[in-house]
Amino acid sequence: MIYSTLGYYSLIFGLVISLPLFFFSTKNFKNQYPLDFKIIIFSFIQLILVIISFLGLILSFVYSDFSNETVFNNSHTTKPLFYKITGTWGNHEGSLLLWLLVLTLFIFIFLIKSEGLLKKYRILTLLFQQIIIIGFFVFLIKSSNPFNYLIPAPKEGLGLNPILQDPALAIHPPILYLGYVGSSIIFSSVLAATTLNYISNTWATHIKKWVLLSWVFLTLGILLGSIWAYYELGWGGFWFWDPVENVSLMPWLALTTLLHCILVLEKRYQLKSWVIILSISTFALSMCGTFLVRSGILNSIHTFANDPERGLYILTFLFILILISLLIFFIFHKEDKHKFNSFFLFSKETAIVINNWFMMYFLAVVLIGTVYPIFLEVISSENISVGPPFYNKLIIPFLIPFLIFMAIGPQLRWIKTRLEKKLNLILLFVISLLVSFFIIRNLDINFLINTVLIGSALYLFFITIRDFILKKNINISQNIAHFGFSLFILSILFNNFFSSEVITNLKVGEKFNNDRYEIFFKDLKKFEKKNYVSFVGKFSIKENNKESNMEPELRIYNQPNIITSEADIKTSFLSDKFITINTVNNKEYFNVRYQVKPFMIWIWLSVLLISLGGVISLFKKYYEK
Amino acid sequence: MKNKILSFLSILILIFVFTTFYKGLEKSNIYEPQNSLKKIPEFSMMTFFESKEIYSKDIFRDNDFYLINIWASWCVPCRDEHQFLVSLSKNNRLEIIGINYKDNYKNAERFLIELGNPYSKILVDKDGTKAIEWGAIGVPETFLVYENKILKKIIGPLNSELAEEIERIVNEKI
Amino acid sequence: MKKFSLFIIILLSLNINSSQADEIELQNKITKNLRCLICQGQSVFDSDSDFANSLKIVVRNKIDEGFTENEINDFLIQKYGEWILYDPKFNKNTYLLWLLPLLIFLLGGAIIFKKLIKINK
Repeated sequence: MIYSTLGYYSLIFGLVISLPLFFFSTKNFKNQYPLDFKIIIFSFIQLILVIISFLGLILSFVYSDFSNETVFNNSHTTKPLFYKITGTWGNHEGSLLLWLLVLTLFIFIFLIKSEGLLKKYRILTLLFQQIIIIGFFVFLIKSSNPFNYLIPAPKEGLGLNPILQDPALAIHPPILYLGYVGSSIIFSSVLAATTLNYISNTWATHIKKWVLLSWVFLTLGILLGSIWAYYELGWGGFWFWDPVENVSLMPWLALTTLLHCILVLEKRYQLKSWVIILSISTFALSMCGTFLVRSGILNSIHTFANDPERGLYILTFLFILILISLLIFFIFHKEDKHKFNSFFLFSKETAIVINNWFMMYFLAVVLIGTVYPIFLEVISSENISVGPPFYNKLIIPFLIPFLIFMAIGPQLRWIKTRLEKKLNLILLFVISLLVSFFIIRNLDINFLINTVLIGSALYLFFITIRDFILKKNINISQNIAHFGFSLFILSILFNNFFSSEVITNLKVGEKFNNDRYEIFFKDLKKFEKKNYVSFVGKFSIKENNKESNMEPELRIYNQPNIITSEADIKTSFLSDKFITINTVNNKEYFNVRYQVKPFMIWIWLSVLLISLGGVISLFKKYYEK
Repeated sequence: MKNKILSFLSILILIFVFTTFYKGLEKSNIYEPQNSLKKIPEFSMMTFFESKEIYSKDIFRDNDFYLINIWASWCVPCRDEHQFLVSLSKNNRLEIIGINYKDNYKNAERFLIELGNPYSKILVDKDGTKAIEWGAIGVPETFLVYENKILKKIIGPLNSELAEEIERIVNEKI
Repeated sequence: MKKFSLFIIILLSLNINSSQADEIELQNKITKNLRCLICQGQSVFDSDSDFANSLKIVVRNKIDEGFTENEINDFLIQKYGEWILYDPKFNKNTYLLWLLPLLIFLLGGAIIFKKLIKINK
């Protein structure tokens, strides 16, 4: 009770702090003095108040204070402490409070870290960020208050959805939000810079850090979500092109594009308007994601809040922000006549522009695929589904030139180059195609497109390896990221081609045989756990005379009453073995699904490599060449 | 000039997107299969008690109302809606036909003895494929049929309002 | 002639052997493209729900009756609407869905090309 009250009032006071912030900022904006220290103090106080509020909610969860409605709806006394804490942001209200926390944290860091930049720019960025912060404050206090009372307090809570009780998913939202909210800083900053006509090389160098930061977090956040889906949803996939996933992919694509073209701005002072548009759309897409997930307009795995009023609020807020930014863009932004119009065909700039072109196409595919069904339903009330086949058909063919450009682009220099060692590059490409040909030859799949696809991925793979050897530490971060990407595409492709699967119904004591595997259902054991009953199946699986034991599990949770299937996964460097069991209605049989999935771990590792590239670049003093 | 057109266009698009999302919010996001299936399907099924094969054309006569109810003894909501079926069965303009979904005979029989048997006929759907012929997605699901057409489709258990509505539709036609 | 008919017979017997596997492959292909209507974002192939299991049997039966993939899809659309297909058909409802991304790609290419030419002049 006490923690909820504390949390609620510090939330209110946090909002009130925005007043003096506005007051001192506008005063300071007009006068000649350097940045008023009071501004930093007040923004620190605001941060502290939001932290207190957040802690208040966490403690309410820890002490299972069911007089708090959010706790009542999402927690239970028998839940392990770890999940009580992570349950704080596993729901609508808590996750929005987390958003707010990161918003205030980031603007505070921004103020400290932007010393030495134009004062007016710093203040204006703060003001734009304050608009977003106030929006979230009002939303939290008015329509998604995490501290609503329940009188009388219930004895027991409703519990957290068991599939969300998982370590990867517990840290997935905070990491993802760091990425989303990082884009809000980019948004505020680009608006401020546009208004002041401050978009410059210096600005690009400074904002690049924020772009990299949000990009790294967003990448890791998406990775965690995928890993969770892989072992928790129980059928061995890791990406479903589900709208909720797409919604996190879209800002990622926009951010990746921004990451590349901000280099052109930094080095060559070009693509100014494009950088502004991209920064705005990155944040708009992040907010749009929040809207689509939270409003319940989508029908998907984790839409929590189905309250149209909340959706309407986020929607209106989002569109006001976009409107403001469009107005600022059209009023203040002036395309200046390029002083040095040297944009040559064979240059790094061109390569990056082409990268942007493809990235925008991928973004368009994902965006249209995600929102088109909503539009169609509103306009013609017809329901359609847009699933994996749509994305595969539209994206895969375009990956081929994309990969090739990705390999060649970094070989070019700024301004103008002749392609060095052309022969070398072509030779490598032929080798890649040949290798790919020998891999694909014996497989029963569409020959031509797969050969070229694997060939181009291999090309990128070989070229980046060659660059590691030849160029040593030059552009190491970019090279690592590109190498990671080639590895990523290759692992996904090989994973698709070489996966095998057995689906069968077995009961205890039965065996399944085919020419590759022998699956023996040895035993079924029952265990009573703190908040669930678990049934563990003992299986022994024989393949090529090698025997391994696997123990998939079925859990029957008490609060809420839900059955989940826990896969048993044996990971090795070359392949994952994946087994799940499920009940078959009214029978003593179990549905057993056994999969062998090659290169699974490489998918995760390659994404880690990609983000490692970002991390290295973040800590590097300056960009080489 | 070019800038003006561009800004005008982008704001127009913005408004369009906003209104669509706004409209989308008002709609419920719970999917209901469209009534693309207006006519009843043709099928042959086994009867529950006699285990005889029976054809759809031998079941449905014009000018009579039929309530097709997909149920199973293991399905909890079916238990809740059963009382409404029993009271609806007293209406002699309405014939209630049960489709027993993925069930075993003994449990289903016990279910009927315990809660009463509102069905004039019970057909057996051992593997759930017949339910798919009807465009059903699970149990319980109920269809009101008149002159070989599906007038109304109810996904999930009946409640008192739905039962009254069915009663009203049937009585209106008399 | 005799050799030729022998060849045909061998070919046919090979076909019969592989037809079983082909059918399963076709079934998997079809069910991977079907939305499990009572699940959240899962295909019928990936789901073990009652609905999905029954639908797998229906698809299997239809294949045995000689239906093609398209005919099975049409049959299911008639029962459940286009919502059930993950791969949206190309028709008046979806022209924009399929073509808009490609148009954007072409438009983007045109803009870049124009700029490059202008600058290089």
